[in-house]
Amino acid sequence: MILDSKIPSGPLAQKWENHKFDLKLVNPANKRKFDVLVVGSGLAGASAAASLAELGYKVKCFCFQDSPRRAHSIAAQGGINAAKNYPNDGDSVHRLFYDTIKGGDFRAREANVHRLAQVSVNIIDQCVAQGVPFAREYGGLLDNRSFGGAQVSRTFYARGQTGQQLLLGAYQALSRQIGLGNVQMFARTEMLDVVLIDGHAKGIVVRDLTTGEISSHAGDAVVLASGGYGNVFFLSTNAKGCNVTATWRAYKKGAAFANPCYTQIHPTCIPVSGDHQSKLTLMSESLRNDGRVWVPKRKEDAGKPAASIAEGDRDYFLERKYPSFGNLAPRDISSRAAKEACDAGLGVGPGGLGVYLDFAESIKRLGEDKIRGRYGNLFDMYERITGDNAYQQPMRIFPAVHYTMGGTWVDYNLMSTIPGMFVIGEANFSDHGANRLGASALMQGLADGYFVLPYTIGNYFATSKQAKPVTSHSEFKKAEEGIRVLTTKLLAIKGKKTPLAFHRELGRLVWDKCGMARDASGLKEALKRIPELREEFWATVNVSGESGGLNQSLEYAGRVADFIEFAELLCTDALNRNESCGGHFRTEYQTPDGEAQRNDEDYSHVAAWEYKGPNQAPELHKEALVYEEVHMSTRSYK
Amino acid sequence: MKVITNIFGSSLGKKYLMASTGGLMVLFVLGHLAGNLQIFLGREEINRYGHFLQTNLEIIWPARILLLTVLGLHVWSAIKLSAENKAARPVAYAKWNPTAASYASRTMLMSGLIVFAFIAYHLMHYTFMVKGVNLTGTDFAVLTDPEGRHDIYTMMIKGFSNPAVSLFYIVAIGLLCLHLSHGMSAMFQSLGWKSPAYRPVLDRGAKIVASLIFLGYASIPVKCYLLAPGLTGACCK
Amino acid sequence: MNLTLKVWRQTNSKTPGHFETYQAKEVLKDMSFLEMLDVVNEEIIGQRREPIAFDSDCREGICGSCSLVINGIPHGGHKATAACQLHMRHFQDGQTITIEPWRAQAFPPVKDLIVDRSAFDRIIQAGGFVSVNTGGTPDANAIPVPKEISDLAMDAAQCIGCGACVAACKNASAMLFVAAKVSHLNLLPQGAAEKDRRALNMVTQMDAEGFGACTVTGSCEAVCPKEISLSFISKLNRDYGVAILKGK
Repeated sequence: MILDSKIPSGPLAQKWENHKFDLKLVNPANKRKFDVLVVGSGLAGASAAASLAELGYKVKCFCFQDSPRRAHSIAAQGGINAAKNYPNDGDSVHRLFYDTIKGGDFRAREANVHRLAQVSVNIIDQCVAQGVPFAREYGGLLDNRSFGGAQVSRTFYARGQTGQQLLLGAYQALSRQIGLGNVQMFARTEMLDVVLIDGHAKGIVVRDLTTGEISSHAGDAVVLASGGYGNVFFLSTNAKGCNVTATWRAYKKGAAFANPCYTQIHPTCIPVSGDHQSKLTLMSESLRNDGRVWVPKRKEDAGKPAASIAEGDRDYFLERKYPSFGNLAPRDISSRAAKEACDAGLGVGPGGLGVYLDFAESIKRLGEDKIRGRYGNLFDMYERITGDNAYQQPMRIFPAVHYTMGGTWVDYNLMSTIPGMFVIGEANFSDHGANRLGASALMQGLADGYFVLPYTIGNYFATSKQAKPVTSHSEFKKAEEGIRVLTTKLLAIKGKKTPLAFHRELGRLVWDKCGMARDASGLKEALKRIPELREEFWATVNVSGESGGLNQSLEYAGRVADFIEFAELLCTDALNRNESCGGHFRTEYQTPDGEAQRNDEDYSHVAAWEYKGPNQAPELHKEALVYEEVHMSTRSYK
Repeated sequence: MKVITNIFGSSLGKKYLMASTGGLMVLFVLGHLAGNLQIFLGREEINRYGHFLQTNLEIIWPARILLLTVLGLHVWSAIKLSAENKAARPVAYAKWNPTAASYASRTMLMSGLIVFAFIAYHLMHYTFMVKGVNLTGTDFAVLTDPEGRHDIYTMMIKGFSNPAVSLFYIVAIGLLCLHLSHGMSAMFQSLGWKSPAYRPVLDRGAKIVASLIFLGYASIPVKCYLLAPGLTGACCK
Repeated sequence: MNLTLKVWRQTNSKTPGHFETYQAKEVLKDMSFLEMLDVVNEEIIGQRREPIAFDSDCREGICGSCSLVINGIPHGGHKATAACQLHMRHFQDGQTITIEPWRAQAFPPVKDLIVDRSAFDRIIQAGGFVSVNTGGTPDANAIPVPKEISDLAMDAAQCIGCGACVAACKNASAMLFVAAKVSHLNLLPQGAAEKDRRALNMVTQMDAEGFGACTVTGSCEAVCPKEISLSFISKLNRDYGVAILKGK
């Protein structure tokens, strides 16, 4: 396998412009001859499906939810970055590019990130034209706010529901194309395999989740927009349905998987309340603007009510450790600091897994009404979930898995190592390096779908000249049969342990050994345990029901099986990367004061893993990261 | 033409019909009340008013035709919409706990149908003066006052002298006002004239106006019932 | 606490459904309603029976997947709360809870507590968008929108499309859903060009799907997890009226 990133030549700022000119085009009348299969209907998938259909391609779009509007992009709260420089505070494409590269701890591709910053401005224009109700000033113009990791205000937002509004914008554009007959939508349909003919991706095998029917769809290109793999940890802020199946099965067909160890932990989530916990709920990072994070200084105080702990007995650890950024230190740094406090036995709440986020001082300074105006909906949500009133007592928060920067390896054209298979949005690895900045996920998903893929996919059609695939081809039949066999196998085991029990066990293991902090011995333990767990799964899993109809137990079992396999790759990658960077923190590699220590000499590369068959170690391929513009520095937020 | 098909063919169109016809009937109910309250002024005033209406056929008949059409459309759209609404939920909930919906709003069809039956009785009672329905044994059609006009005053007092009839009127008016307490506000909503600023005013206003209408109308049978014992001489003149 | 659940079970749209009774044991007050169902389902699977099928995804009140009528109220009747954020601390030990799916002609049953809400998607496809293609749009600040209008549009745009409004309405009317989308776009200058045809086409589709009409009972607004105001229905009535008066 050769990793050719296809980064265009020329100065960084001109690369995308030059590349667009160099890309071969498909003439308008010919576009309708090409079928594109888009898997996923989140920001990336919906925007791509709509944009490609507008251009004239025949699109089929698939999602496992009952409607494309429910994809998990909908849950993003904070905002979307764009280098508009509306506030006149010195922002520019170059600054957004630089902040993103630095935020990613110098582990992202320069050219991709620069393109992302360039098209960010078009995204806002597009969304406004679609009717996305971004927050506005009294003068009628758009409002901006600041977000973690940046010193300018470049974040556009729609209350605490920016992801929802952007997704609805893309969903509306998609719906318009469905209504016009240019997109065929398949909801409650899950992709279970990708089909290759002559080495090119030419279709997918899907299961209709309502009828259980397994069928094939042929296309001239396949686009995966299936999101991230955060649910490998079982507990995460991801939706229950988020899964790695599409990208994992593509991996097993030859699509290299890059940097799986780059996972992001979000510092402000509502802590776990017990073993029944099914998912974690994020509270917007913006809370840290007015809340102060603390734990008791003494272990003995950890069990006491917050009010009974005197001011002098509290440790405002973020303010203490990072005086210049204080409570607004970046996500990975804040998360780790909270973990350290809890590891030291200072954590608060059930199980000692929580730190306080205290608004008492802000309420005293600004008044309760002002705080209610700013965060009322978040305080309400907190009360709904915990039953506690955060105006009267501090919130309890704890970090949780939130986003995954790793994903399917793609070149500059967003094409994977399988020709004809494109991967966009969180599902690919390309833009965030080892850590993603707040308000950048929405930007990337939409950049890929609206403004990158529609250009690059045409080049593939114009240059690859592949025969039109048909589902009667033996490869389709073979793949369908494979899925049927797998389904039958899952249903036949009739063991004692439910898929949920396996998932929970896997999650706990991966969180403990490959979560916020990792070390070689822990990772080795995990790598020993995961194959055992996989064997246990295939010997003792209890999947109820039948294959011919809606069967949530069966759907879930398939996803858990893939998570177990994927976890092994995740830990392998984490063990292989002998450095700390961004979301990947190896305790062996830290500075004397406990900060992440990168090793640019040996690890300034993308680690892309190639599948070599069952029970075979994957093969590592390295794509060197070349920095032409930026100077690699140590990230410091002190 | 498209306007017509849209009005009669769409759910919203039928709601416009319902609201606008309802609105017109509210105006009638208010006008009718104003006319009838003249009973409190005495025999001369109410009889003169009745005489005016009965002798100006070019006013009364167009009004009657209009009212009948309006009522017909109101009932037609109600029945049509109700059938569609029923069809929209073929399987009922085993446990049902209607939230926020007022009693009046949930029983519009029932209150409307009972009021409709009342209107039929009321027309037979006082407009067509079918002798059999007034339960007094008197033929209202032949009552005349000293000036030779139809003696509305006596007819009303006589008509309401039967406590059962009076009670029926009061109950029916109560149902009408229950219907109006929701309908007078909902019609603004259906016609798209309700905005958040006016909503509380309209919602409360509808209830207040409905209560006033009830008091106004209910006072008539009460008054007549109380006047009835003193009527013996007058009626037999 | 221990609870008795009366749950609607239905194999698919072709077979009639019925209630089955389950015991939920040792339920903790910190569990969400759906987590309580998860626990019950684990036990059912352990007994080699089919677990209760219900829709859920984000479990933080924004995706609109969950759709349970709990004791006769869609989402269970707590202000601005979807079933996924309803917590068990609101229930008492020994209580019997009846759980049913959304019931409407336009939401045919799929399985157990899952219904098919694709009617909502078809309503959006009929006109719930601004007809702009990707690219070629003016600078975002070239279209000023007064803050009050933008805020009002956002109030409407918050709709999560869960369908609780339909489930709560005695007429199974989808007016609140349609009104929210029509209002969101019709209020904004970007949506003005298609104002009339949007209202017309979406209402026509709504009627064709078999939803009932609005009788302004206000149930929809009361159960809406995003507290979408009934006033938007008035706006839809106005916009549709204006459109048909123009003879469109």
